[in-house]
Amino acid sequence: MLQSNCPNCGAPVQFRWSSAVQTTCEFCHSILVRTDVDLQHVGQVADLPADSSPIQIGTEGAYGGKSFVAIGRIIYEYEQGGWNEWHILYNDGTSGWLSDAQLEYDLSWLVQPPEALPPADQIQPGRDFFWSGKRYQVTTLTRAHYKGVQGELPFQYWGRAEVLFADLRTTDGDFATIDYTESPPPLFMGRAVDFDDLHFKNLREFEGWS
Amino acid sequence: MVIKPKPLNCPNCGGPVELRGFAHTLNVVCPQCLSVLDTSTPEVQVLQTFQSQTRIQPLIPLGTRATFSGTSFEAIGFQVREVEDEDGAYAWREYLLFNPYKGFRYLSEYNGHWNYIRVLNTLPEASGRSAAYQGRSYKLFDSSTAKTFYVLGEFPWQVRVGETVQVSDFVAPPLALSAENTGNEVTWSQGEYWTGKQIWEAFRLPGTPPSASGIFMNQPSPHIGKPTSAWRTFLWLAAALGVILILFTLIAQNREVFRQRYTVTAGAASAAPIVTPEFSAAGRPNNLQITTSTDLTNNWAYFSYALVNKSTGQARNFGREISRYGSSNSPNDRVVIPDVPPGQYYLRIEPEVQSGSFSYDVSVRRGVPTYGWFILAAVLLLIPPLGASLAAAGFERNRWRESSHA
Repeated sequence: MLQSNCPNCGAPVQFRWSSAVQTTCEFCHSILVRTDVDLQHVGQVADLPADSSPIQIGTEGAYGGKSFVAIGRIIYEYEQGGWNEWHILYNDGTSGWLSDAQLEYDLSWLVQPPEALPPADQIQPGRDFFWSGKRYQVTTLTRAHYKGVQGELPFQYWGRAEVLFADLRTTDGDFATIDYTESPPPLFMGRAVDFDDLHFKNLREFEGWS
Repeated sequence: MVIKPKPLNCPNCGGPVELRGFAHTLNVVCPQCLSVLDTSTPEVQVLQTFQSQTRIQPLIPLGTRATFSGTSFEAIGFQVREVEDEDGAYAWREYLLFNPYKGFRYLSEYNGHWNYIRVLNTLPEASGRSAAYQGRSYKLFDSSTAKTFYVLGEFPWQVRVGETVQVSDFVAPPLALSAENTGNEVTWSQGEYWTGKQIWEAFRLPGTPPSASGIFMNQPSPHIGKPTSAWRTFLWLAAALGVILILFTLIAQNREVFRQRYTVTAGAASAAPIVTPEFSAAGRPNNLQITTSTDLTNNWAYFSYALVNKSTGQARNFGREISRYGSSNSPNDRVVIPDVPPGQYYLRIEPEVQSGSFSYDVSVRRGVPTYGWFILAAVLLLIPPLGASLAAAGFERNRWRESSHA
């Protein structure tokens, strides 16, 4: 575990993941970006919106024989609510994403796109892509607002405004999402998962539910 | 840190509004004034002040919990949706169920029929009038425009009275698939049929559920498996009948008791009756089979027979006609006289012929096997499986009568 101090408030800042590029200070909510030599204070997280994801930084889980821990997240909001993209660190040192959209869970990893992805204005729900022998259908296009970040992320991510995502699914539980915030757009591929498939530990608690 | 639900006051009427869905709740309906409120921002806004004069009371009170496949869910939202078609309007009720870890489920209720519904995160394979999901094929039952008619409680999405959505239902009882199309996206869900009694038990509700009327689209048929088992029983009984038939044939007396050849010459002699020698019919009362074999070609003959019991003198009369032109008809005739008591018998035969002369053989057999009872038994055995198949088909016909794609 790497240790440093917040350049803004001096509080200790810990990294669970050696490859993390960005983190937030738990005390003053500064957004901190790692450079070769030190931590740079690049911005401030506004108050995070009230959110009821049962996952929190430090929540552990397991999938496909690997255990993972949630080390960071990006929070998005759109007209039909909000969702969390949890950045999770696997015990083999790789990292990926666990999306919690109104308690529907998807796991994904950044992958090399099998083909050049079409620009945002050429993608619409119902469009099919054939990747590694499977038909991926665009199910939703979500125009969302970036609402905040927390913890460790694999890239610099802050101060965004509007973002556009295309979600794709297959007939056997595969999941993919194209992030049109970047150019060329990165592709994340993975699986739709049930809560029970993830064997969570250290979840948040809700009054009246045990 | 334990997360607590935050209460709020309705900005329209000032009354208290309970929240059960934590920050997932985007819209909530004020239970006092029925305003739809936006809870996504700290300053709660009134989105819609709506609603009919009459208040609709959910059968499952909001805040009630039930266990579904080991997980506790709380009823937090309720909506009435309706569809208008050429037969008029009909409404059904939907309950939103919530668990802070497992997410949202739905219950729908129509005419006392219930469905436990989950949104799918895997795409079904839809092709026009059918859809396939997890190895099961579903048939299109209905497509309609559903309109939100009444809302109560809270929802993790934007809800408005008057909003419409395109719904297509596919069935494979006891399951159903539904595709809801908002124009922007299609949401697939899977429902499982539940009875009111099961729902009442799950929620521990007092009293009894409203009884179900009619047949619901994915209601499991009470006839399921019955035709199959009835046909299986039929096959066993038919096999047993076959064995009996074989045994019956094997043990039949089936013995020739008389055979004689006669010749008829055209003219006066043809009218003269002949009397056969005596023969004996033994055993218990049984049949006698009389076979008349001729060498007629392009000719016609008529035989007036009398079977006479020698000791009683009682005669049984019967006429047999043989007409043979070309090779299309048989030159032979066979008749079975049933229930002939044991005794000594003879035949009196009066042949008539159209023209010319011919010869004929008369043979009498005692106790030949007959099969009429076998056909009757087979027909009787067919009644239960046919009845079961017809009842099952009738149920399906009534189910699909409600379909817009029958």
